Amino acid sequence: MIRVIAAAVLVASPFVGVLAAEGDYLPIPAGRFASALNYEDAPGKQPVAAYSMMRTPVTNADFLAFVKANPKWRRDRVPTVIAEKRYLSHWAGPLELGDTAKPDQPVVQVSWFAADAYCAAEGARLPTWTEWEYAAAADETRRDARSDRIWRERILRWYSRPSNTALPRAGLQPANVYGVQDLHGLVWEWTEDFSSMLMDADNRNQGDPDNARFCGAGALSMNDRDNYAVLMRVAMLSSLSAEATTANLGFRCVKDTP
Amino acid sequence: MKSLALSIAMAVLAGCTVAIPASAIAASPAAQKVPLPGNSVYQLDVQLTDQAGRTSAWRDRRGKPQLVSMFYTSCQYICPLIIDSGKAVQKQLSDAERARLGITLISMDPARDTPQALAKVATQRKLDPAQWTLASPAPDDVRSVAGVLNIRYRALADGEFNHTSALVLLDGEGRILARTEKMGSKPDPEFVEAVRKALK
Repeated sequence: MIRVIAAAVLVASPFVGVLAAEGDYLPIPAGRFASALNYEDAPGKQPVAAYSMMRTPVTNADFLAFVKANPKWRRDRVPTVIAEKRYLSHWAGPLELGDTAKPDQPVVQVSWFAADAYCAAEGARLPTWTEWEYAAAADETRRDARSDRIWRERILRWYSRPSNTALPRAGLQPANVYGVQDLHGLVWEWTEDFSSMLMDADNRNQGDPDNARFCGAGALSMNDRDNYAVLMRVAMLSSLSAEATTANLGFRCVKDTP
Repeated sequence: MKSLALSIAMAVLAGCTVAIPASAIAASPAAQKVPLPGNSVYQLDVQLTDQAGRTSAWRDRRGKPQLVSMFYTSCQYICPLIIDSGKAVQKQLSDAERARLGITLISMDPARDTPQALAKVATQRKLDPAQWTLASPAPDDVRSVAGVLNIRYRALADGEFNHTSALVLLDGEGRILARTEKMGSKPDPEFVEAVRKALK
């Protein structure tokens, strides 16, 4: 059944972008999942509860509607402590998208606080890292395609594309097995717990006074050293502060399954 | 704006023999009318419930320099050191300076850090309520508080938290002036200097 849907979406892909502009949510079933990250405190597969996830990342048009409804998130009004100066700087004006921000492109230059507020306004929330990684482990036909070298290389090729070219619009790529699009190959995405990634740059630091930076055990390490795509995402997210914005970082929201 | 900050400072100075709770200062209507600077952590609209069970906006702490950190009461290892660090900074100050500095420890574990749990630590560690506030935000606000303070944390399977430990110095308007990640009973001299300067 799921494969049939995936195939249908593939066939219909020229039109999916249009459908996806609605910001609709698709169910992601519960499961057990082995993260590419190694959590010392919880080794092995983690249970993931069912949730639903936006089909595509939030677009400029979606975010403009949010800013219009919530003027405190206008770029000329938002305090720098929750959104740095580059926030929405690619828009033509505080309430105007212009040529460099097409309505159906994913919104970028948004801080974690802004993404968090957008999702809250939808009655949703940002996905946890595990929820994001769980959904992003799927390809068009498999819930977990991560052991497939070809799939991994495909993702890495996307990541190696220069970031100074215009972003494609959201919803152009084939849907994964859940019907979700663009988890790879379009923009990086915020997660709710991006600041839970306490990566020690160098574990030779043990015994160094700096190890008091972390309370107790539980620093992260990579379980799956071949999965460079995940490593890149973790490195990127763990280097950000919550008010930071970048030209290729967007977000999507999730909802708990009632 | 400068003159307002100055008049608040004067009011605090005048009252330096008695500790003035930050809430009393912030309650002055004049302080509320001037907009907060854009880089103030008090821009974040969160409520805190303290060890006495009182709930108020974080920004009500405006008006007095603060040391801020995040902690949780069931922490065995580093969090007692965070309290030691706050005390160590206080020890470097004169009585008058000490009375002008608030210390606010914000819980990353609001589910367990009820006012009772917070009060127990405050009593055990002999934390003077005139200077020390231990408080919990709403569960949904913890990541945001950590975000403006640039503190990273993760809940572990056993109920502990992995987190960065920092003392953050805020001026009366909630702007970050300095931070230190050197924890313990030996205070970071540069940080103490920044605290003294903020209290002048």
